[in-house]
Amino acid sequence: MKLALLADVHANLEALRACLEHAESQGAERYAFLGDLVGYGADPGAVVDLVRGYVERGALAVKGNHDEAALAGQSESMHQAAERAIAWTRAHLSDGQRAFLAALPLTVREDGLFLVHASPEQPHEWLYVTDPARAAAGLEASAPASWVFCGHVHEPVLYTVGSAARPVAFRPVSGVAIPVPAHRRWLAVVGSAGQPRDGNTAACYAMLDTDRPALTFHRVPYDWRAAASKVRAAGLPESLARRLERGE
Amino acid sequence: MGALLDPGTEIDGYLIEKQIHAGGMAIIYAVTAREDPGFPLVMKVPRLGFGEPAESVVSFEVEQLVHAALKGPFVPRFVAAGDIARQPYIVMERIEGRTLAEWVERAPVDPAELARLGAALGTALHGIHLQEAIHLDVKPSNVIVRSGGEAVLVDFGLARHAHYPDLLAEEIRSPIGSAPYISPEQVMGVRWDPRSDVFSLGVVLYELATGRFPFGSPGSLAALRKRLWRDPVPPRAIAKSVPEWLQEVILRCLEPNPDLRYPSAAQVAFDLADPAQIGVGPRGRKLRRDGRWKVFRRYFRAVGLEPGEAPEPTQRLAGPSIVLVAIATRHADDAQLDALREAVRRIRTAAPEQRLACITVIKPAPELGGETEDEAATSQRIKHSVVLRHWAEPLALEPGQISFHVIESNEPADAILKFARMNQVDQIVIGAPPRDVALRGMLGTVSSRVSSDAAPEPLQFLRLLGTVSTKVAAEAPCTVTVVRPRAAMPE
Repeated sequence: MKLALLADVHANLEALRACLEHAESQGAERYAFLGDLVGYGADPGAVVDLVRGYVERGALAVKGNHDEAALAGQSESMHQAAERAIAWTRAHLSDGQRAFLAALPLTVREDGLFLVHASPEQPHEWLYVTDPARAAAGLEASAPASWVFCGHVHEPVLYTVGSAARPVAFRPVSGVAIPVPAHRRWLAVVGSAGQPRDGNTAACYAMLDTDRPALTFHRVPYDWRAAASKVRAAGLPESLARRLERGE
Repeated sequence: MGALLDPGTEIDGYLIEKQIHAGGMAIIYAVTAREDPGFPLVMKVPRLGFGEPAESVVSFEVEQLVHAALKGPFVPRFVAAGDIARQPYIVMERIEGRTLAEWVERAPVDPAELARLGAALGTALHGIHLQEAIHLDVKPSNVIVRSGGEAVLVDFGLARHAHYPDLLAEEIRSPIGSAPYISPEQVMGVRWDPRSDVFSLGVVLYELATGRFPFGSPGSLAALRKRLWRDPVPPRAIAKSVPEWLQEVILRCLEPNPDLRYPSAAQVAFDLADPAQIGVGPRGRKLRRDGRWKVFRRYFRAVGLEPGEAPEPTQRLAGPSIVLVAIATRHADDAQLDALREAVRRIRTAAPEQRLACITVIKPAPELGGETEDEAATSQRIKHSVVLRHWAEPLALEPGQISFHVIESNEPADAILKFARMNQVDQIVIGAPPRDVALRGMLGTVSSRVSSDAAPEPLQFLRLLGTVSTKVAAEAPCTVTVVRPRAAMPE
């Protein structure tokens, strides 16, 4: 079974559509959304509606910190641009869309899989998995799952741990199927679909083929010019538009 | 599992015939498959019993991962791998040949034979480097030499492939590899530099040339670290029969600083394929180890050395390369020669470490025998070589950066393509055909244009040239830059 994993869509409809189309062409049979569907981008409503359709057809989804902030009006821990975007987002979501976000779980555990937005350690603390020590703690908290997937950090990284306690970080190459056998444990930060920050403007997602098993990270070029124009037209902070144009 | 398998045992459709090799880490069996793949097979089964270190399990996992990703004539064809948790094994092509260890037993090896072996090994290493992999355990027992002279690399248990996580990085606390052969940077824990294989290649060449290890076989980390600053005894001080060119190659491979080594294994192979063109410097001539002051300076630098960050996977092995420029010395057209030189200059600006091989193809001398013909042929070759060298003078390249080749052949395109394949050339620069020929090349067939039409000789030649570049562009194993001088006047 091929499972497409998308994180940090951040209300970027162009990027979301490009990833979904690409995943479909690659034979995706199921989808998982790893949180932060909204915030930053100009299409929160359309993105939530599109994802809700997938969830109704069996896709998995978890809640992210931006999703929660957009519901609760709590964004004091965020930087200024993010806070402004959250206020704007809140005003652009319908009751139904808010209800969908509110009902999302923090984690999903299923058949060797563990899905979460930030670190599995304390899902609601929204910790960033940015180094092998954090990855080790996250793997420990999510045991015994073989494949742990998260977002929150907007750069794709794969951690693996075997008999030793210290995981290794690996920056994946787009399009290469990496064998991820179940006798090891794996934690993948799948990268951001809607707001990549590693200097590459292309949207990012990952595909797990559970039959092999193998994991492939993909980079998908999308119309970021259109997405950035919408951010500007909506009156959202200029820095959020520039981020899409530069991918950092 | 206990590694010993009896003949007749079947594992996942593979039938054990007999044990053919029992090594320290693994046992090799001849096997047959239910479905015949068309070539003989072996199964490698690791010895993974109680008390085996964790590295050996991971190492076999690494070998499965990396070997499965490699293709081409320089590795045994990979067939299948057994689940590491259940029944670990690798089934692969059985390579007929002898390991390089057999030559080591007979060391010192004759320089000409050594050059052939070294060139084959360099070519094989470059073959896997181009696939984004580094062997990191290059030693004579891991190299099989086919009867035709080609080298095949085996045992990828310590290898690194840039497309996959480095499973060994989590396990290791101390340097891994074979003590006599590992590079200084591997001693420091660096596992991403293809020039580490160039260093180990240098150790193998040293061993073949002298029968000794350049750095002994140290048993402690402190002793291993010595190769970061202490240079080995020059091979010529051990065996007088070692020519200067060979010592130059060996000691350049063994430079502690990777930046001072050959930038690629292909360049080692390139030099060894034509020793007469190797520029011998102080390295090749010295008969003693470096003085105390020089060693002390290297020691001082080494003490503060920290392993660097791995570059991005895609940049890591892009590395320098060999550029071939084909020059028509028989019908030198100044505008064309200038354009070729300008194209080469631009390519070299982007990557100054590149080697430049200047080639011309001339008609073979008639095989009539007799001294006068031989002399005529020699003077013919010298004449073309002079034109090549003159063409290259404005580029002002050092002897180690450029070489000149006058090749005799009636099929210029085939000769250029053969040279490019044999020497793993990365880019070919060649003059464009005249424009009318190029057009016809696209419309018609290549052969129709070589026919003897009534065109005057120079034009006929230009058409022939057109067919050469067309064929080279169509069949080359690498990038081809077809160069045409800018038209003098707009039409």
